[in-house]
Amino acid sequence: MAKIQINGKKVVIKQNFTLQDVLKKYKLNKKKVAIELNGKILPQNEYKKKALKNNDKIEIVQFIGGG
Amino acid sequence: MKKDIFKIDKKVLKSRLIVGTGKYKNLDETAKAIEASGADMVTVAVRRVNISDKKKPLLMDYVNPKKIIYLPNTAGCFNSKDALRTLRLAREIGGWKMVKLEILGDKKTLYPDMIETLKTTQVLVKEGFKVLVYCTDDPIHAKKLEDMGASAIMPLAAPIGSGLGIHNKLNISIIIKQSKVPVIIDAGIGTASDATIAMEMGCDGVLINSAIALAKNPINMAEAFKHAVISGRKSFLSGRMKKNSFAVASSPSEGVIS
Repeated sequence: MAKIQINGKKVVIKQNFTLQDVLKKYKLNKKKVAIELNGKILPQNEYKKKALKNNDKIEIVQFIGGG
Repeated sequence: MKKDIFKIDKKVLKSRLIVGTGKYKNLDETAKAIEASGADMVTVAVRRVNISDKKKPLLMDYVNPKKIIYLPNTAGCFNSKDALRTLRLAREIGGWKMVKLEILGDKKTLYPDMIETLKTTQVLVKEGFKVLVYCTDDPIHAKKLEDMGASAIMPLAAPIGSGLGIHNKLNISIIIKQSKVPVIIDAGIGTASDATIAMEMGCDGVLINSAIALAKNPINMAEAFKHAVISGRKSFLSGRMKKNSFAVASSPSEGVIS
């Protein structure tokens, strides 16, 4: 178990949960989002191998309507 | 007449009308308005994914980024740090290098903070971004942005969302005359004729969001803007007639029945 934060919300995840697992859990398509882990942008090809640990902070963003 | 090509950096656009995707009733209306506008580039914002609502519809499912060019913006950013963070994330989503930089100085006026904007443009250009910059209508700032490598200068006509039309025609004309990169009016346009005026003055394009999205019938208004921009551009290229202080009859005076 690990306690992490996703987009400002506290979430508890299983041990060895990767960013790819996070995307799957929230039904997100990796081609439609970008991810920041502890303030650093991670390239898409690292989602699979990046296991999350306690206190990690994740930001997942997407495009929405804007002017 | 020579073919009139609209190019930002190396990107050729079919339409001189760029539209925003905010403030619509829903994503279906957004998609229909874009289609009616004929725009091939739209601005989009970067925001957190809503993780508590997995079924929330996505802009990308309604507006296909393979057909319509997304221009990620930094709307809502009040400093360089947030703007850089936003655009670097945007680039990661889809490899977009062409972006719209908009750093606001104040919540009430949403007027551009030019000190932060200039500083950030420099960093973005260095990182290989093609930056379209929302800016004040100050010709000196516009010139500095161009010298730094901005891909387009986007002065405001009036405050964002105000719909007041072009307020400082003199400054906008100076910017048009001095710029070698496209000048695109961003913000403040209220209705289709405002866009025609901007294009007749010689602007290379206009960026419209509120004037379309907040019209009673946004889809019809999108089409009105499409024609307004084409009309203004043609008028500009055609060269208007000379202004006269007194009447000049249109019919010949010779052969009048007496």
